Amino acid sequence: MPEHDVLIIGAGLAGQRAALAAAQAGASVAIVSKVHPVRSHSVAAAGGINAAISVEDDWRSHAYDTVKGSDYLGDQDAIEIMCSEAPGEVMHLEHIGVTFHRNEEGRLDLRAFGGASLKRTAYVADITGQAILHVLYEQLMKRHERVARLEEWFVTSLLLDDSGACAGVVARDVRSGRLEALIARNVILASGGAGQVYHPTTNALIVTGDGIAQAYRAGAPLMDMEMVQYHPTTLVENGLLITEGARGEGAILLNSEGERFMERYAPNKLDLASRDVVSRAEQTEILEGRGAGADKAGIYLDITKVPRKRTLEALREIVNIGRDFAGVDITREPILIRPGQHYIMGGVKTDSNGATPLQGLYAAGEVACVSVHGGNRLGANSLLDTLVFGRRAGEHAAARAQSMPMPEPSTSSRLADEARAIDEIIARPRGGGRRVSEIKAELGQTMNEHVAVYRDQQGLQRALEVVGRLKEESRKAYIDDRGTIFNQDVLGAIELSYMLDCAEATVVAALERKESRGAQFRTDFPARDDERWLEHITITAGPDGPRLGRAPVTITQWQPEERKY
Amino acid sequence: MAEEHRPPESFRLRLRRYDPESGEAPYWDEHTVELEGHRSVLEGILQAKARFDGSIGIRCSCRAAICGSCGVRINGEPGLACHTHLDHARSSSSGGEGVIEVEPMGNMPVLKDLIVDMDAVHWKKIHRVTPWLINRQPVPEREYVVERESMVDVTQTMACIQCGACVSDCLSMEVDPGFIGPAALSKAYRFVGDPRDAQQRERLKDLAADPLGIYDCTHCFKCVQACPKDVNPMGQIMRLRRIAGTDQGIDDPHNGRRHEEAFTTLVRDYGLNHEAELLARSYGGNSWFGKFHPAAARELLSSVSIIVKAVMRRKVDPRIALLGHRIPPKDLQSVRTIYERVESRPRRNELNLYISGAEEEGDSQEAHAQAPAPAAAQHPAGGAQGSVQQ
Repeated sequence: MPEHDVLIIGAGLAGQRAALAAAQAGASVAIVSKVHPVRSHSVAAAGGINAAISVEDDWRSHAYDTVKGSDYLGDQDAIEIMCSEAPGEVMHLEHIGVTFHRNEEGRLDLRAFGGASLKRTAYVADITGQAILHVLYEQLMKRHERVARLEEWFVTSLLLDDSGACAGVVARDVRSGRLEALIARNVILASGGAGQVYHPTTNALIVTGDGIAQAYRAGAPLMDMEMVQYHPTTLVENGLLITEGARGEGAILLNSEGERFMERYAPNKLDLASRDVVSRAEQTEILEGRGAGADKAGIYLDITKVPRKRTLEALREIVNIGRDFAGVDITREPILIRPGQHYIMGGVKTDSNGATPLQGLYAAGEVACVSVHGGNRLGANSLLDTLVFGRRAGEHAAARAQSMPMPEPSTSSRLADEARAIDEIIARPRGGGRRVSEIKAELGQTMNEHVAVYRDQQGLQRALEVVGRLKEESRKAYIDDRGTIFNQDVLGAIELSYMLDCAEATVVAALERKESRGAQFRTDFPARDDERWLEHITITAGPDGPRLGRAPVTITQWQPEERKY
Repeated sequence: MAEEHRPPESFRLRLRRYDPESGEAPYWDEHTVELEGHRSVLEGILQAKARFDGSIGIRCSCRAAICGSCGVRINGEPGLACHTHLDHARSSSSGGEGVIEVEPMGNMPVLKDLIVDMDAVHWKKIHRVTPWLINRQPVPEREYVVERESMVDVTQTMACIQCGACVSDCLSMEVDPGFIGPAALSKAYRFVGDPRDAQQRERLKDLAADPLGIYDCTHCFKCVQACPKDVNPMGQIMRLRRIAGTDQGIDDPHNGRRHEEAFTTLVRDYGLNHEAELLARSYGGNSWFGKFHPAAARELLSSVSIIVKAVMRRKVDPRIALLGHRIPPKDLQSVRTIYERVESRPRRNELNLYISGAEEEGDSQEAHAQAPAPAAAQHPAGGAQGSVQQ
């Protein structure tokens, strides 16, 4: 039975960074991922990574922008850590080989991004996430003797020992179908967000909230789950992401009348206001009949403002996306976009070392809520979050491992239970309920209809009912694949159960927060209410469902102010 | 602008299925899906999975040609399922009945349905090229200061998503499974072209000395065609050769470099290849006297059987092969003009779409009008060597 000091679940940026940091600190490390690491969704991060590295910049300015962007719900101590450590982290990436684009002096070039007071986003064309992810994987290959990689292993649950501390996971080798207990002194969840709860979403098919649900079921609290980011520029056609880097390079938004409407909503920052502000502005334009396209449900993103040569060099991926997925040459004509689900600010509650309140369990990246993004994440802060807190979690977990014995959770009965649960899904009679895929589709549509840019009591209540019903139905939902080797079908059924837990937490928290802040805009409570709601909402699993709680927001140097862009 | 609604159409998908647990041979499985024509083959397969048969095995994740999971063969051609439109796939259908055939990639063992074992082939080859940066010392406190163009240049190989489409149909690999191959050699260029790497020369020597290395590519262009990200793997292999051979003077034991030099000299002098001279010059020395070198005679002797076979199968006309092709003097002059033009450039032009971007017709004129310098990566002799400042 494999035993490690640090076991990392998920091999995107947070997971790989954690693995490298823990190995560097001398720990024995294993990293588990349900897909090959370079397929992780971090690969899709396009625009860049924020760090105050230019001479005119200061990390405090970055921190202030982040606090303001979060609509004052971010914890300022954690934000200070993230922003002050950002330059070092970016330099580290540069040293291990990330091919950051340079300016004419040969130093790191920086581009403008939303909600930032000045240019502070380092980038590799518009494949920054891919470039960083692949370079981290190069480093994992380099350390193949120190870091065990379990690629295409699917985690079904966390293992707890008798004291209630996390002591490993149960995982299924996707290739063989074998179920195994992986024991560890510490587990770091780095398995990403839950975008597939929505349809459409910019997120990959693998982003199904696994880690959030696993931690929740093991008793760890979730936080800020109501805060779901809608990205202002996603393809009307199919929800794919068009990077904010486009607007950073000079692209603008236009309504059906050709008006640059952001002048009305954010007279100073215009198209580069924070994402919640821009998405709401677009949604308002669409609701008021100024949407563009065949059914007036889109907005024009005009990238022809950017010099063509620059677009081809620095925004090549979205040139491809426009051409291949919308039939539009973005260097010649505007493209139709709309707000689309992109990121969840919430997740498993952690401290600034990535430690969750559950002993032995850490979380980093989108699965976690530190909370550095609060009500709304700034573009190019997510890569930073994954790397800074991935590293901190890796280092902290490695240090903690030194002072403790290897836990001895009882595994045989758990393995048998998990195997039985999987067999039960496989054995469900066809036609005895709904297809897993049908339930997933209804979930996505429901969330996108009622738990989106604008929300109200009635819609949220309706969403809660639907999610509750879907949870019931999912217990009888059937699949087709009866095999063991690469049975993706049965994993899909488990993923659905993870997604439903995440959806429920999101709806419950959105119902609870009776104010508008960041990504949560309640049309029935349209104002921010610092008096009552300058607090995090937490959710823990209770015997009868989600239990709501509160946690204070940490304020260090920036008092809440009215938020204008 | 893509505003109009396109009505859904029916598409017939014929999927190559293989169930490793059944003990039975692979078989074809057909499904009809309803989607708009500009939707991807992946969306078609996902619809078939969702509606009819969830057991269809395919790796997929991002749907946007960035994660590299869904490499398959569509109507016999390698590519990403998410990156191929249904209507295009239908019109390229081989049987003529408009059925879209989807098979697993080649050159790699199939695990289930459309899922292949990339670890056994692709990733093993990636490991072979020491795929990590070996830092030039001293590592600066802040970033390495490097030429702006050098980072944009390596971005083309950095853009490789490791999907395996190029490996799938690599002809050299089909004959020679040990060939390091297009993906891994592109990865190698990512370090050779990176001015921060300390071991460019060692990397090049290693890849030139390996009989399965840079000289094992046969220029078939299959990988260039297959690559969904314009990485141009064969182009990267050729760049590795140019930097190793021309710039760094690295000789390889298999005469790859000399063969290439002999070839280009012959084309310059005769306007076309001169088959009888080629072998002699590659082994004996790149001049008319090369054929008198003992090494040339040895090689000639050992090749006699191949030559005889080629003549008997009429692949070679002995008269033309011995005397050389004759082309009109005007044409020969044109060939020489091309050589002169290329050789008189102070720097070598390397086609890199990230830098030039001029892949469409009509654009090259515009690019030239805007920028008098040809829009391509320019590198001083010696590749990226020596351009680092601390």
